[in-house]
This record gives sequence, structure tokens and C-alpha cells, in this order.
Amino acid sequence: MTVSSGGDEEILRLEGVSAWLGGRQVLDQVSFALQGGEVTGLIGSNGAGKTTIFRVILGLQPTTSGRVWLEGRPGPGRRPIIGYVPQNVPIDPDLPLRARDVIGLGLDGHRLGFPLPSALRRRAVDEMLRAVDAERFAEARVGRLSGGEQRRVLIAHALISRPRLLLLDEPLINLDIRSEHEVVELLARIAREQQIGILISAHDMNPLIPVMDRIVYIAAGRAASGTTDEVVRTEVLSKLYGRQVDVIRVRDRVLVIAGSDEELTDDHEHAHAVADSGLV
Amino acid sequence: MGLIFSPGFFHSSPVLVAIVVGAVVAVVSAVVGVFTVTRGLSFAGHSLADLGAAGGSGAFLLGVNQLWGFVAIAAAAAGAIELIGIGSTRGRDLATGIVLGAGLGVAALFLYLDTTFSNTTGASITILFGSIFTLQSSLVPVMVLLGALSVAIVLTLYRPLLFSALSPDMATARGVPVRAVGVAYLAALALAVSLSAMTVGAVLSTALLIGPAACALRLTRRPGVALLLAAAVGMLSVWLSVLLAYDSYYWPPGHRGWPVSFFVVLLIFLSYLLTQLRPRGWAAWQLARGGSNPPRLTDR
Repeated sequence: MTVSSGGDEEILRLEGVSAWLGGRQVLDQVSFALQGGEVTGLIGSNGAGKTTIFRVILGLQPTTSGRVWLEGRPGPGRRPIIGYVPQNVPIDPDLPLRARDVIGLGLDGHRLGFPLPSALRRRAVDEMLRAVDAERFAEARVGRLSGGEQRRVLIAHALISRPRLLLLDEPLINLDIRSEHEVVELLARIAREQQIGILISAHDMNPLIPVMDRIVYIAAGRAASGTTDEVVRTEVLSKLYGRQVDVIRVRDRVLVIAGSDEELTDDHEHAHAVADSGLV
Repeated sequence: MGLIFSPGFFHSSPVLVAIVVGAVVAVVSAVVGVFTVTRGLSFAGHSLADLGAAGGSGAFLLGVNQLWGFVAIAAAAAGAIELIGIGSTRGRDLATGIVLGAGLGVAALFLYLDTTFSNTTGASITILFGSIFTLQSSLVPVMVLLGALSVAIVLTLYRPLLFSALSPDMATARGVPVRAVGVAYLAALALAVSLSAMTVGAVLSTALLIGPAACALRLTRRPGVALLLAAAVGMLSVWLSVLLAYDSYYWPPGHRGWPVSFFVVLLIFLSYLLTQLRPRGWAAWQLARGGSNPPRLTDR
């Protein structure tokens, strides 16, 4: 595995990014930065704006203010350096693609014509299968794999083009505890070994706490970032939510109670999800 | 030999045209069809075929060859479906249904006018159920060319098509112009459907589009192999059907051959049933061959 120099190199920086979606402001002056070799958690309840942040970084969502920098150059959307796995990719069980084919598409799926059989391509795919520990099911139809196995294949798909930044939208959703743990460990290892920046969104921060170098906590479109200890505190989150929020630590788990203030929450589900996060 | 190939089979010019055109149409439909199935466009494909009836009957009224009617209407309908049905699968199905309903209404009118005023009683049967033995040989080069164009579009877009079938979001993030790829694919689909409407009829062309592809997808999990298998199933079905239809001249009720389209649809249906019953032996063979696959992951 080649390790590029300069581990603390800045990969991504957002400066005062605001965005509107359907007449509603979903991002309000969001700023944070991300270094190579680090795992950053993008934490917030459903509807807080996590997916919109990913779409801004990818250049798929226009912003009304602010700037995005990728590797110190103005972004967004310099795609070759970004690997992306969206939330919840429903794969048809009969789709005629093996795990190996899906990973190959990450390398050259945007090109025209047939992929010519090449030893180089095969080696690159094999290496990725090893990197995510997916050799066992390399030849199986991807739609028939378990959720955790599919997640690993999609991560390999995103990694094969050697991105500098990996964006994963809710990669732990619908996984059982063991797969969840495996995926988290895998991502931490990849960030270290390949010195890439990884941004993982989640509504529950707890599974990520052991590996998170930094946290970006997002609520009602606004963000606070830093280390977990800096951000996940009653004063900081209360300021972010704009009302009293309680942070409770139970052993090594964190529970954020944001109450159910109708004025600030868009719907009941929102308040519910926030109150729930950390209880799992 | 004489029992299988009735006298004169290989010397009949309609038979030769049928064999050539049938093979071209079967291969084009099968290759395009693999992506119709993987992209979840079966309903759109079926509708484009049915709508061909409006084009074919309109062309009859105008005195133009039906091929152009089929092509024009399929292209227009594909465009309409794309324009209305943006985004969700449900939106697209709804758009398809609405366009289909409108088109069939027009077809009903045209077929009525065809039979009532232009005294072409065979028009309805030809348009709806095909006319592989009555194709003019002058049409063969045009049909081959249109078929080649359709296959060329699909093969050029092979990887982007697979990628966007996997996940439009991921494909977009990697720089695939998903929308443009979808439009180009619908154009290829419209061409394929028009060609098969000419041979097995507007109503039955779905069978050639979906059937061989569905069989192939049961048998393999490799996209390239699926294209080859589908083409083989389609081509063999059509050839065997041409042979059976020719032979059926001597079958009851006697001296009126059975329609080719009937055999095509029947054979494809039987092939699909066979792949459904795919014996355990096949799975075991694949497992033995694949080696490392745990049984849970092998195809049913």
C-alpha cells in the first residue's frame, strides 16, 4: 500500500456555506475542515442537512453563499478526487453485476464502450476486494449480498479510483451491530493506511466514537466542529440548537437530549430522532 | 432431413428474408432488452411496442411503409415518456401509462379507418401480429442499418448504462451524465421495438424484447455473458419459429401456415419456463466451478 506524504494535509474546507432547498434554508453558514488520514463524523438527526452537505461537496447542490476548497483549490465537484457512497443504495437482487463488477465500475464506469480485459484492471479490483475483505463473495451477485457485504463492496467501489476524500452517507444504517463494528474498523484502517480524509454521516455518533478524529455536529442547518470532547458538550450543542440541550455520558456512550420544542423542530420525527440518538 | 426442412425451405425467398431479418431483430431486441430489464423499463418497452400499432396503422393510411410509422411513433412516445416522467419510477410508470392509453386510442381509430376505407383487411393482423413472411426484401438493408444503430448505442453506453442501473446517484457523482444516457437508451429502445414490431407485430414484440433477456439474467450474473446468451435465445427462437411456421403449411387445418409470431412467443415462453425450472444440477455445477462461493451466495 502506498502512503502519500504529508499526513496532515488539508483535504476539504467549507467556509460559510449556505444552501436552500425547496424554499427552505437547509444549510446556514456551515464551516469545517478535514485532514488526510482522519475520520470525521458528520452527526445530526434526519433532515438536519447531512446529505445536502455531501451534495454541496460533490457540486450537485448550488450554494447561496460560502466556498468549498478541495486540496487547497477552489471546489466543489472535482470528482476524480472524491469517492462517494450515497445513503441506502437499493440493489435489485437480479442485477447482473458481481461484486467484482461493481468495484470495476468505480474505476471506469463513466467511460464509453466495453471494459477490455486487462491484467492491470483485474489487479486493481483484486486489491480492493482484499482491502475491504470481500474476496469471499467477489463472484456473487451484488444484489444478493447482505447489507454489510454490500456496504463493503460499495466502499471498495468508491476507493478504487484512489480518491483523496471519501464521502459516506449513513454507511451504518440498517446494519447489525457486528457488521456496523466491522465497517467502522475498516474505514478507520483505510483512512490511516491510504492517508485519505473520510467524512461519515450518521444520526447516532456512538458507533463512530472510537474512531472519530473529529466531529461536525449539525442541527437545523448550522454546524459546530472540533474533537468530540470539544463539541459534544451541553453549552456548545445548546448554542447550536438555540435552546437547552442536555448531553449525558453513560459509560462510553453519549446521549443528547434535545427535547421536543415544536418551534425549532420541523416535525415530530425530527425531535424524536434527536432525543433517540445515543440510546441505541 | 426432409421431415424437418419441408421441400423448398432454403429456396424460398420470403424464408431467406425472414431468416436474415429475424436474426437481426432477435439480436437487437435481446441486447437492448437486457438493459430494459436491468433498468426496470419493461413497462416502457412494452408500451412503446404497443404504441407502434398507432404508427403502423397511420402509415398504412398514408400509404407509407409501416416501418416508418413504427419508428416515428416509438421515437415520439419515448420522448413524451422522458419529458413527462422525470425522476421517480412511479412518475415514469404513470407517464408511460398515460402515453400508452392515448396512443392505443389513436391506433383504434387508424385501424378502423384502415379496414373501413382503404379496403386493406389484412392491415390489422399485419400490424398487430407481424408479417415476417411478407417483408419486402428492399427493406432488409434499412432494417439491418437501424438494428446496427440501436446495438451501437447500447454497446457504446455499456458501462454508463450498467453504472446508472446500479445507482443513478453514484453514477452522477462519478461524472456520468445519467439523464443523457437515459435519453440515448430510450432512442435505442424505440428502434429495437420498431424492428420487432415489423417482424412479430406490435402486440407481441415485448416477447422478443423481455423474454430472451429475462432468460439470460436467470442463467448468468455477468453482464457481458447475459448479452450473448440473450442474443442466442432470441435468435434460435426466431429461426426455429420460421422453420415451424413453414412446416405448419402441412398441418391442420391444412394449407394455411400458422403465424410465425405464435411460435416465437411460444418458444420464448417455454425457454423462460425452462430457466425458471433451472435444475439443481446447474447450481451445483456453478458452485463447483466457482469454488470459493459459499452456498448462501450462489444464485437460486
